[in-house]
Amino acid sequence: MTEAAVCPVHHERDHPLQPPIGFAEAVSGGPVRMVWPNGVEAWMVSSYAGVRQVLSDSRFSTRKGGQPEMRTDDGEEVLDPDQPGNINGIDGAEHMRLRRPLSRGFMVKRMNELRPRIQQIVNEHLDVMEAKGAPADLVTSLCLPLPSLVIAELLGVPPEHQELFQATAGDLFGKNGSKDEYLAHATRLAEVLTPIVEAKRAAGTNDDMIGLMANDTDFSMDELIFLCIGLLAAGHETTSNFLGLFTLHLFEKPDQLEILRRDPSRADVVVEELMRYTVGQLGGPGLTRRATEDVEVDGVLIRAGDWVSVSLMANLDEALCPRAEQLDLERDAVSHLGFGFGPHQCLGANLARAELQIGLRTLFERFPNLRPAVPVTEMAYRNDMITYGAAEIPVVW
Amino acid sequence: MTVRIDQTGCIGAGQCVLAAPDVFDQSDDDGLGIVLIAEPSADLLPGVRDAVDRCPAQVVTLEE
Ligand code: HEM
Ligand code: SF4
Repeated sequence: MTEAAVCPVHHERDHPLQPPIGFAEAVSGGPVRMVWPNGVEAWMVSSYAGVRQVLSDSRFSTRKGGQPEMRTDDGEEVLDPDQPGNINGIDGAEHMRLRRPLSRGFMVKRMNELRPRIQQIVNEHLDVMEAKGAPADLVTSLCLPLPSLVIAELLGVPPEHQELFQATAGDLFGKNGSKDEYLAHATRLAEVLTPIVEAKRAAGTNDDMIGLMANDTDFSMDELIFLCIGLLAAGHETTSNFLGLFTLHLFEKPDQLEILRRDPSRADVVVEELMRYTVGQLGGPGLTRRATEDVEVDGVLIRAGDWVSVSLMANLDEALCPRAEQLDLERDAVSHLGFGFGPHQCLGANLARAELQIGLRTLFERFPNLRPAVPVTEMAYRNDMITYGAAEIPVVW
Repeated sequence: MTVRIDQTGCIGAGQCVLAAPDVFDQSDDDGLGIVLIAEPSADLLPGVRDAVDRCPAQVVTLEE
Protein backbone atom coordinates (compact mmCIF):
# COMPACT_ATOMS: atom_id res chain seq x y z
CA MET A 1 0.00 0.00 0.00
CA THR A 2 1.22 3.50 -0.77
CA GLU A 3 2.03 5.78 2.11
CA ALA A 4 -0.95 7.72 3.48
CA ALA A 5 -1.15 11.39 2.62
CA VAL A 6 -1.38 13.99 5.35
CA CYS A 7 -4.96 15.11 5.76
CA PRO A 8 -5.32 18.70 4.60
CA VAL A 9 -7.10 19.84 7.73
CA HIS A 10 -5.65 23.30 7.51
CA HIS A 11 -8.52 25.57 6.75
CA GLU A 12 -7.03 27.84 4.16
CA ARG A 13 -9.64 28.68 1.60
CA ASP A 14 -9.42 30.68 -1.61
CA HIS A 15 -12.84 32.01 -0.82
CA PRO A 16 -14.38 31.87 2.66
CA LEU A 17 -17.46 30.04 1.35
CA GLN A 18 -15.55 27.41 -0.60
CA PRO A 19 -13.83 24.17 0.55
CA PRO A 20 -10.27 24.25 1.88
CA ILE A 21 -7.71 24.39 -0.90
CA GLY A 22 -6.80 20.98 -2.26
CA PHE A 23 -9.34 19.09 -0.21
CA ALA A 24 -11.60 17.91 -3.05
CA GLU A 25 -8.61 16.70 -5.07
CA ALA A 26 -7.10 14.92 -2.05
CA VAL A 27 -10.21 12.90 -1.27
CA SER A 28 -11.56 12.20 -4.75
CA GLY A 29 -11.57 8.70 -6.18
CA GLY A 30 -12.88 6.67 -3.29
CA PRO A 31 -11.72 5.97 0.23
CA VAL A 32 -8.18 7.28 0.72
CA ARG A 33 -5.99 6.85 3.76
CA MET A 34 -4.86 9.97 5.50
CA VAL A 35 -2.81 10.87 8.53
CA TRP A 36 -4.39 13.28 11.00
CA PRO A 37 -2.49 15.96 12.93
CA ASN A 38 -2.44 13.67 15.98
CA GLY A 39 -0.76 10.92 13.96
CA VAL A 40 -3.78 8.61 13.71
CA GLU A 41 -4.52 7.24 10.26
CA ALA A 42 -8.05 7.11 8.90
CA TRP A 43 -9.89 6.38 5.68
CA MET A 44 -11.57 9.40 4.20
CA VAL A 45 -14.88 8.59 2.52
CA SER A 46 -16.51 11.31 0.45
CA SER A 47 -18.91 9.74 -2.07
CA TYR A 48 -22.64 10.04 -1.49
CA ALA A 49 -23.19 6.26 -1.43
CA GLY A 50 -20.10 5.65 0.69
CA VAL A 51 -21.03 8.22 3.32
CA ARG A 52 -24.58 6.88 3.56
CA GLN A 53 -23.22 3.37 3.95
CA VAL A 54 -20.69 4.20 6.66
CA LEU A 55 -23.18 6.25 8.66
CA SER A 56 -25.96 3.66 8.55
CA ASP A 57 -24.06 0.32 8.69
CA SER A 58 -23.94 -1.04 12.24
CA ARG A 59 -20.49 -2.51 11.56
CA PHE A 60 -19.19 1.04 11.94
CA SER A 61 -19.07 2.15 15.56
CA THR A 62 -19.22 5.73 16.77
CA ARG A 63 -17.46 4.96 20.05
CA LYS A 64 -14.60 7.39 20.39
CA GLY A 65 -11.29 7.36 22.24
CA GLY A 66 -7.98 7.51 20.41
CA GLN A 67 -9.68 8.73 17.24
CA PRO A 68 -8.16 10.94 14.57
CA GLU A 69 -8.51 14.46 15.92
CA MET A 70 -8.90 17.40 13.65
CA ARG A 71 -9.84 19.94 16.28
CA THR A 72 -6.39 20.94 17.38
CA ASP A 73 -2.98 20.46 15.87
CA ASP A 74 -1.83 18.38 18.82
CA GLY A 75 -5.04 16.38 18.61
CA GLU A 76 -6.28 16.85 22.15
CA GLU A 77 -9.58 15.09 22.80
CA VAL A 78 -12.16 17.30 24.44
CA LEU A 79 -14.54 14.63 25.67
CA ASP A 80 -13.95 11.64 27.89
CA PRO A 81 -15.12 8.69 25.74
CA ASP A 82 -16.97 7.25 28.74
CA GLN A 83 -18.78 10.47 29.63
CA PRO A 84 -22.29 9.42 30.74
CA GLY A 85 -24.99 10.81 28.45
CA ASN A 86 -22.69 11.22 25.44
CA ILE A 87 -25.36 10.19 22.95
CA ASN A 88 -23.08 10.69 19.97
CA GLY A 89 -20.42 8.31 21.24
CA ILE A 90 -22.35 5.09 21.85
CA ASP A 91 -23.88 2.43 19.60
CA GLY A 92 -26.79 0.06 19.29
CA ALA A 93 -29.08 -0.59 22.23
CA GLU A 94 -27.10 1.73 24.52
CA HIS A 95 -27.62 4.55 22.04
CA MET A 96 -31.30 3.76 21.52
CA ARG A 97 -31.86 3.90 25.27
CA LEU A 98 -30.85 7.58 25.26
CA ARG A 99 -32.06 8.53 21.83
CA ARG A 100 -35.59 7.13 21.89
CA PRO A 101 -36.98 9.20 24.78
CA LEU A 102 -35.42 12.35 23.32
CA SER A 103 -37.04 11.77 19.94
CA ARG A 104 -40.41 12.33 21.52
CA GLY A 105 -39.39 15.83 22.54
CA PHE A 106 -38.22 16.63 18.99
CA MET A 107 -41.18 15.26 17.06
CA VAL A 108 -42.15 17.12 13.89
CA LYS A 109 -45.50 18.04 15.49
CA ARG A 110 -43.79 19.43 18.53
CA MET A 111 -41.40 21.50 16.44
CA ASN A 112 -44.35 22.89 14.52
CA GLU A 113 -45.98 23.93 17.78
CA LEU A 114 -42.83 25.90 18.57
CA ARG A 115 -42.96 27.87 15.32
CA PRO A 116 -45.07 30.81 16.56
CA ARG A 117 -42.67 31.29 19.47
CA ILE A 118 -39.63 31.07 17.16
CA GLN A 119 -41.28 33.68 14.92
CA GLN A 120 -41.80 35.92 17.93
CA ILE A 121 -38.16 35.65 19.00
CA VAL A 122 -37.02 36.44 15.45
CA ASN A 123 -39.38 39.44 15.23
CA GLU A 124 -38.24 40.86 18.55
CA HIS A 125 -34.59 40.62 17.60
CA LEU A 126 -35.12 42.19 14.19
CA ASP A 127 -37.15 44.99 15.84
CA VAL A 128 -34.16 45.80 18.02
CA MET A 129 -31.79 45.62 15.06
CA GLU A 130 -33.97 48.01 13.08
CA ALA A 131 -34.39 50.41 15.98
CA LYS A 132 -30.62 50.62 16.52
CA GLY A 133 -30.14 51.31 12.83
CA ALA A 134 -27.60 50.28 10.20
CA PRO A 135 -24.92 49.09 10.17
CA ALA A 136 -25.65 46.08 12.37
CA ASP A 137 -23.88 42.80 13.06
CA LEU A 138 -26.22 40.02 12.03
CA VAL A 139 -24.37 37.44 14.15
CA THR A 140 -25.02 39.16 17.49
CA SER A 141 -28.38 40.62 16.39
CA LEU A 142 -29.98 37.34 15.35
CA CYS A 143 -27.82 34.30 14.55
CA LEU A 144 -26.35 33.74 18.02
CA PRO A 145 -29.30 34.59 20.32
CA LEU A 146 -31.98 32.73 18.34
CA PRO A 147 -30.87 29.11 18.85
CA SER A 148 -29.88 29.55 22.48
CA LEU A 149 -33.20 31.16 23.41
CA VAL A 150 -35.11 28.46 21.55
CA ILE A 151 -33.23 25.58 23.14
CA ALA A 152 -33.66 27.14 26.59
CA GLU A 153 -37.41 27.16 26.07
CA LEU A 154 -37.49 23.69 24.63
CA LEU A 155 -35.51 22.40 27.60
CA GLY A 156 -37.86 24.31 29.87
CA VAL A 157 -35.41 26.58 31.68
CA PRO A 158 -37.75 28.67 33.87
CA PRO A 159 -37.87 32.43 33.16
CA GLU A 160 -36.16 33.35 36.42
CA HIS A 161 -33.12 31.24 35.47
CA GLN A 162 -33.01 32.26 31.82
CA GLU A 163 -30.60 35.13 32.21
CA LEU A 164 -28.04 33.11 34.14
CA PHE A 165 -28.48 30.18 31.74
CA GLN A 166 -27.95 32.40 28.68
CA ALA A 167 -24.92 34.09 30.21
CA THR A 168 -23.31 30.77 31.16
CA ALA A 169 -24.12 29.23 27.79
CA GLY A 170 -22.66 32.34 26.13
CA ASP A 171 -19.41 31.83 28.05
CA LEU A 172 -19.30 28.23 26.93
CA PHE A 173 -19.69 28.96 23.23
CA GLY A 174 -18.92 32.63 22.80
CA LYS A 175 -15.18 32.33 22.51
CA ASN A 176 -12.68 29.86 21.22
CA GLY A 177 -11.26 28.96 24.59
CA SER A 178 -8.92 26.22 25.70
CA LYS A 179 -10.08 22.81 26.83
CA ASP A 180 -9.71 23.84 30.50
CA GLU A 181 -11.84 26.94 29.99
CA TYR A 182 -14.43 24.86 28.21
CA LEU A 183 -14.60 22.36 31.05
CA ALA A 184 -14.83 25.15 33.65
CA HIS A 185 -17.78 26.73 31.82
CA ALA A 186 -19.43 23.34 31.40
CA THR A 187 -19.12 22.74 35.15
CA ARG A 188 -20.69 26.14 35.82
CA LEU A 189 -23.54 25.34 33.44
CA ALA A 190 -24.08 22.02 35.23
CA GLU A 191 -24.39 23.98 38.49
CA VAL A 192 -27.05 26.20 36.95
CA LEU A 193 -28.95 23.22 35.54
CA THR A 194 -28.90 20.90 38.56
CA PRO A 195 -31.48 22.77 40.71
CA ILE A 196 -33.71 23.21 37.65
CA VAL A 197 -33.66 19.47 37.01
CA GLU A 198 -34.29 18.71 40.68
CA ALA A 199 -37.30 21.05 40.75
CA LYS A 200 -38.82 19.41 37.66
CA ARG A 201 -38.23 15.99 39.11
CA ALA A 202 -40.05 17.03 42.29
CA ALA A 203 -42.93 18.54 40.30
CA GLY A 204 -43.25 15.40 38.15
CA THR A 205 -44.03 17.35 34.96
CA ASN A 206 -43.11 16.15 31.45
CA ASP A 207 -44.21 19.01 29.21
CA ASP A 208 -40.69 20.16 28.33
CA MET A 209 -37.40 18.37 27.57
CA ILE A 210 -35.97 18.54 31.08
CA GLY A 211 -39.25 17.37 32.59
CA LEU A 212 -39.51 14.59 30.05
CA MET A 213 -35.96 13.40 30.74
CA ALA A 214 -36.32 13.79 34.51
CA ASN A 215 -39.64 12.00 34.86
CA ASP A 216 -40.25 9.70 31.89
CA THR A 217 -36.86 8.01 31.55
CA ASP A 218 -34.36 5.99 33.55
CA PHE A 219 -31.59 8.56 32.93
CA SER A 220 -29.20 9.20 35.80
CA MET A 221 -28.59 12.75 36.99
CA ASP A 222 -25.14 12.74 35.31
CA GLU A 223 -26.62 11.60 32.02
CA LEU A 224 -29.38 14.13 32.22
CA ILE A 225 -27.16 17.11 32.91
CA PHE A 226 -24.72 16.14 30.19
CA LEU A 227 -27.56 15.63 27.72
CA CYS A 228 -28.86 19.13 28.47
CA ILE A 229 -25.40 20.61 27.88
CA GLY A 230 -25.01 18.40 24.81
CA LEU A 231 -28.27 19.62 23.32
CA LEU A 232 -27.25 23.18 23.89
CA ALA A 233 -23.80 22.56 22.46
CA ALA A 234 -25.01 20.65 19.42
CA GLY A 235 -27.75 23.12 18.58
CA HIS A 236 -26.20 26.46 19.33
CA GLU A 237 -23.15 27.15 17.20
CA THR A 238 -24.25 24.95 14.34
CA THR A 239 -27.58 26.67 13.81
CA SER A 240 -26.13 30.10 14.37
CA ASN A 241 -23.24 29.53 11.94
CA PHE A 242 -25.55 28.14 9.30
CA LEU A 243 -28.01 31.02 9.47
CA GLY A 244 -25.05 33.31 8.89
CA LEU A 245 -23.52 31.20 6.12
CA PHE A 246 -26.87 30.89 4.31
CA THR A 247 -27.20 34.67 4.31
CA LEU A 248 -23.65 35.07 2.99
CA HIS A 249 -24.20 32.56 0.18
CA LEU A 250 -27.32 34.51 -0.82
CA PHE A 251 -25.40 37.80 -0.73
CA GLU A 252 -22.85 36.25 -3.09
CA LYS A 253 -25.55 34.90 -5.42
CA PRO A 254 -28.12 37.65 -6.02
CA ASP A 255 -29.99 35.59 -8.63
CA GLN A 256 -30.61 32.92 -5.99
CA LEU A 257 -31.63 35.47 -3.37
CA GLU A 258 -34.15 36.75 -5.88
CA ILE A 259 -35.78 33.30 -5.95
CA LEU A 260 -36.35 33.43 -2.19
CA ARG A 261 -37.54 37.04 -2.38
CA ARG A 262 -40.03 36.19 -5.12
CA ASP A 263 -41.62 33.40 -3.14
CA PRO A 264 -40.79 33.42 0.59
CA SER A 265 -43.34 30.65 1.16
CA ARG A 266 -40.80 28.23 -0.36
CA ALA A 267 -38.49 28.83 2.60
CA ASP A 268 -38.66 25.14 3.54
CA VAL A 269 -37.31 23.89 0.20
CA VAL A 270 -34.86 26.78 0.03
CA VAL A 271 -33.40 25.85 3.42
CA GLU A 272 -32.90 22.21 2.33
CA GLU A 273 -30.96 23.29 -0.75
CA LEU A 274 -28.93 25.84 1.19
CA MET A 275 -28.19 23.16 3.76
CA ARG A 276 -27.06 20.68 1.12
CA TYR A 277 -24.87 23.20 -0.64
CA THR A 278 -23.43 24.96 2.41
CA VAL A 279 -22.45 21.72 4.14
CA GLY A 280 -20.94 20.46 0.89
CA GLN A 281 -18.94 23.64 0.36
CA LEU A 282 -17.60 23.56 3.91
CA GLY A 283 -15.69 20.48 2.82
CA GLY A 284 -13.12 19.11 5.15
CA PRO A 285 -13.25 15.96 7.22
CA GLY A 286 -16.42 15.34 9.13
CA LEU A 287 -17.87 12.57 11.23
CA THR A 288 -15.70 9.82 12.65
CA ARG A 289 -16.49 6.09 12.86
CA ARG A 290 -14.51 2.90 13.39
CA ALA A 291 -14.99 -0.44 11.62
CA THR A 292 -15.76 -3.32 13.97
CA GLU A 293 -15.54 -5.89 11.14
CA ASP A 294 -14.00 -5.96 7.67
CA VAL A 295 -16.33 -3.97 5.39
CA GLU A 296 -16.07 -3.00 1.76
CA VAL A 297 -16.89 0.65 0.98
CA ASP A 298 -16.83 1.94 -2.59
CA GLY A 299 -14.83 -1.11 -3.64
CA VAL A 300 -12.16 -0.71 -0.97
CA LEU A 301 -11.72 -3.15 1.89
CA ILE A 302 -11.76 -1.41 5.25
CA ARG A 303 -10.39 -3.65 8.00
CA ALA A 304 -11.80 -4.18 11.47
CA GLY A 305 -10.28 -1.56 13.75
CA ASP A 306 -9.67 1.02 11.00
CA TRP A 307 -10.84 4.57 11.57
CA VAL A 308 -13.07 6.18 8.97
CA SER A 309 -13.88 9.83 8.54
CA VAL A 310 -16.76 10.78 6.30
CA SER A 311 -16.75 14.10 4.52
CA LEU A 312 -20.11 15.74 4.00
CA MET A 313 -18.67 17.16 0.83
CA ALA A 314 -20.62 14.14 -0.44
CA ASN A 315 -23.49 16.64 -0.71
CA LEU A 316 -21.81 17.86 -3.90
CA ASP A 317 -21.71 14.37 -5.45
CA GLU A 318 -23.58 14.13 -8.76
CA ALA A 319 -24.97 10.82 -7.52
CA LEU A 320 -27.20 12.88 -5.21
CA CYS A 321 -28.55 15.35 -7.76
CA PRO A 322 -27.64 16.82 -11.15
CA ARG A 323 -25.37 19.90 -11.12
CA ALA A 324 -24.65 19.14 -7.49
CA GLU A 325 -21.81 21.68 -7.45
CA GLN A 326 -24.32 24.45 -7.93
CA LEU A 327 -26.73 26.13 -5.57
CA ASP A 328 -30.15 25.93 -7.19
CA LEU A 329 -32.96 27.19 -5.00
CA GLU A 330 -35.47 26.10 -7.59
CA ARG A 331 -34.74 22.43 -7.15
CA ASP A 332 -36.91 20.22 -4.97
CA ALA A 333 -35.50 19.00 -1.68
CA VAL A 334 -33.14 16.04 -2.07
CA SER A 335 -31.90 13.53 0.53
CA HIS A 336 -28.81 15.49 1.46
CA LEU A 337 -26.44 14.53 4.26
CA GLY A 338 -26.25 17.92 5.98
CA PHE A 339 -27.70 16.47 9.16
CA GLY A 340 -25.85 13.18 8.80
CA PHE A 341 -27.52 9.82 8.19
CA GLY A 342 -28.17 6.61 10.09
CA PRO A 343 -29.10 6.21 13.74
CA HIS A 344 -27.06 9.26 14.82
CA GLN A 345 -28.66 11.60 12.33
CA CYS A 346 -29.14 14.99 13.92
CA LEU A 347 -31.71 14.84 16.69
CA GLY A 348 -32.35 18.56 16.35
CA ALA A 349 -32.74 18.61 12.56
CA ASN A 350 -36.40 19.55 12.61
CA LEU A 351 -35.78 22.26 15.18
CA ALA A 352 -32.86 23.65 13.19
CA ARG A 353 -35.01 23.59 10.06
CA ALA A 354 -37.76 25.60 11.76
CA GLU A 355 -35.28 28.19 13.06
CA LEU A 356 -33.49 28.51 9.74
CA GLN A 357 -36.71 28.73 7.70
CA ILE A 358 -38.31 31.34 9.92
CA GLY A 359 -35.06 33.27 10.48
CA LEU A 360 -34.08 33.50 6.82
CA ARG A 361 -37.54 34.23 5.50
CA THR A 362 -38.29 36.94 8.03
CA LEU A 363 -34.88 38.54 7.60
CA PHE A 364 -35.37 39.19 3.89
CA GLU A 365 -39.04 40.04 4.25
CA ARG A 366 -38.31 42.67 6.86
CA PHE A 367 -35.21 44.01 5.11
CA PRO A 368 -35.68 43.52 1.36
CA ASN A 369 -32.57 45.61 0.71
CA LEU A 370 -30.37 43.82 3.19
CA ARG A 371 -26.79 43.69 1.95
CA PRO A 372 -23.29 43.23 3.35
CA ALA A 373 -21.61 46.38 4.66
CA VAL A 374 -18.19 45.00 3.68
CA PRO A 375 -17.34 42.41 1.00
CA VAL A 376 -18.09 38.85 2.11
CA THR A 377 -14.47 37.92 1.38
CA GLU A 378 -13.25 40.54 3.84
CA MET A 379 -15.32 39.46 6.82
CA ALA A 380 -13.68 37.61 9.72
CA TYR A 381 -14.33 33.87 9.91
CA ARG A 382 -14.04 31.56 12.88
CA ASN A 383 -12.12 28.43 12.27
CA ASP A 384 -12.03 26.14 15.24
CA MET A 385 -12.17 22.90 13.28
CA ILE A 386 -15.51 21.75 14.67
CA THR A 387 -17.55 24.64 13.46
CA TYR A 388 -16.94 27.17 10.75
CA GLY A 389 -18.75 30.43 10.36
CA ALA A 390 -18.52 34.20 10.11
CA ALA A 391 -17.44 35.88 13.35
CA GLU A 392 -19.30 39.04 12.35
CA ILE A 393 -21.64 39.86 9.49
CA PRO A 394 -21.89 43.64 9.16
CA VAL A 395 -25.04 44.52 7.21
CA VAL A 396 -26.89 47.59 6.00
CA TRP A 397 -30.41 47.90 4.55
CA MET B 1 -48.28 -1.67 -2.55
CA THR B 2 -47.83 -1.89 1.19
CA VAL B 3 -46.00 0.62 3.36
CA ARG B 4 -44.34 -0.57 6.55
CA ILE B 5 -42.15 0.83 9.29
CA ASP B 6 -39.99 -1.55 11.28
CA GLN B 7 -40.22 0.24 14.60
CA THR B 8 -37.35 -1.69 16.19
CA GLY B 9 -34.85 0.43 14.26
CA CYS B 10 -36.82 3.67 14.10
CA ILE B 11 -35.14 6.64 15.82
CA GLY B 12 -38.17 8.92 15.60
CA ALA B 13 -36.44 11.37 13.29
CA GLY B 14 -39.71 12.23 11.56
CA GLN B 15 -38.19 12.36 8.08
CA CYS B 16 -41.04 10.17 6.87
CA VAL B 17 -43.56 12.72 8.21
CA LEU B 18 -41.79 15.50 6.33
CA ALA B 19 -41.66 13.46 3.13
CA ALA B 20 -45.28 12.24 3.14
CA PRO B 21 -47.37 13.88 5.87
CA ASP B 22 -50.56 12.16 4.71
CA VAL B 23 -49.06 8.70 4.97
CA PHE B 24 -46.90 8.94 8.11
CA ASP B 25 -47.16 10.37 11.59
CA GLN B 26 -45.23 10.07 14.83
CA SER B 27 -46.80 8.40 17.82
CA ASP B 28 -47.64 10.76 20.67
CA ASP B 29 -46.43 8.11 23.14
CA ASP B 30 -42.89 7.58 21.92
CA GLY B 31 -42.29 9.71 18.82
CA LEU B 32 -41.78 6.63 16.64
CA GLY B 33 -42.93 6.63 13.05
CA ILE B 34 -46.35 5.20 12.32
CA VAL B 35 -48.06 4.40 9.03
CA LEU B 36 -51.44 6.11 8.61
CA ILE B 37 -52.22 4.71 5.18
CA ALA B 38 -50.75 1.26 4.61
CA GLU B 39 -52.05 1.00 1.04
CA PRO B 40 -51.53 4.52 -0.34
CA SER B 41 -53.05 5.64 -3.62
CA ALA B 42 -50.80 6.30 -6.60
CA ASP B 43 -50.62 10.06 -6.03
CA LEU B 44 -49.07 9.48 -2.60
CA LEU B 45 -46.38 7.09 -3.83
CA PRO B 46 -43.71 9.67 -4.77
CA GLY B 47 -43.80 10.97 -1.20
CA VAL B 48 -43.59 7.43 0.15
CA ARG B 49 -40.58 6.63 -2.05
CA ASP B 50 -38.97 9.84 -0.81
CA ALA B 51 -39.56 8.66 2.77
CA VAL B 52 -37.97 5.28 2.00
CA ASP B 53 -34.91 7.11 0.68
CA ARG B 54 -34.70 9.70 3.45
CA CYS B 55 -35.39 7.57 6.53
CA PRO B 56 -32.01 7.70 8.33
CA ALA B 57 -32.62 4.33 9.98
CA GLN B 58 -33.73 2.81 6.68
CA VAL B 59 -36.77 1.18 8.24
CA VAL B 60 -39.49 2.47 5.90
CA THR B 61 -40.30 -0.05 3.18
CA LEU B 62 -42.65 -0.08 0.22
CA GLU B 63 -43.52 -3.50 -1.12
CA GLU B 64 -44.42 -3.10 -4.75
C1 HEM C 1 -27.92 23.70 11.26
C2 HEM C 1 -27.87 23.13 12.41
C3 HEM C 1 -27.35 21.74 12.69
C4 HEM C 1 -26.51 20.95 11.95
C5 HEM C 1 -25.83 21.26 10.63
C6 HEM C 1 -26.36 19.71 12.68
C7 HEM C 1 -25.61 18.62 12.24
C8 HEM C 1 -25.55 17.41 12.87
C9 HEM C 1 -24.89 16.23 12.34
C10 HEM C 1 -24.18 16.15 10.99
C11 HEM C 1 -25.04 15.22 13.24
C12 HEM C 1 -24.57 13.78 13.10
C13 HEM C 1 -23.37 13.46 13.92
C14 HEM C 1 -22.85 12.06 13.69
O1 HEM C 1 -23.38 11.31 12.85
O2 HEM C 1 -21.90 11.67 14.39
C15 HEM C 1 -25.76 15.78 14.37
C16 HEM C 1 -26.08 15.09 15.52
C17 HEM C 1 -26.75 15.65 16.60
N1 HEM C 1 -27.35 16.91 16.64
FE1 HEM C 1 -27.31 18.30 15.21
N2 HEM C 1 -27.09 19.79 13.83
C18 HEM C 1 -27.72 21.00 13.88
C19 HEM C 1 -28.57 21.47 14.86
C20 HEM C 1 -28.90 20.79 16.01
C21 HEM C 1 -29.83 21.25 17.03
C22 HEM C 1 -30.64 22.53 16.96
C23 HEM C 1 -29.82 20.30 18.01
C24 HEM C 1 -30.56 20.24 19.31
C25 HEM C 1 -31.20 21.13 19.89
C26 HEM C 1 -28.92 19.25 17.61
C27 HEM C 1 -28.65 18.12 18.34
C28 HEM C 1 -27.93 17.04 17.89
C29 HEM C 1 -27.68 15.84 18.69
C30 HEM C 1 -28.14 15.59 20.12
C31 HEM C 1 -26.93 14.98 17.87
C32 HEM C 1 -26.41 13.59 18.24
C33 HEM C 1 -27.41 12.57 17.87
C34 HEM C 1 -26.97 11.14 18.10
O3 HEM C 1 -25.75 10.90 18.16
O4 HEM C 1 -27.83 10.26 18.21
N3 HEM C 1 -28.39 19.57 16.39
N4 HEM C 1 -26.09 17.11 14.10
S1 SF4 D 1 -38.01 8.57 9.13
FE1 SF4 D 1 -37.50 6.50 9.73
S2 SF4 D 1 -36.51 6.74 11.71
FE2 SF4 D 1 -37.57 8.63 11.30
S3 SF4 D 1 -39.56 8.42 12.26
FE3 SF4 D 1 -39.80 7.81 10.16
S4 SF4 D 1 -39.47 5.63 10.24
FE4 SF4 D 1 -38.66 6.39 12.13
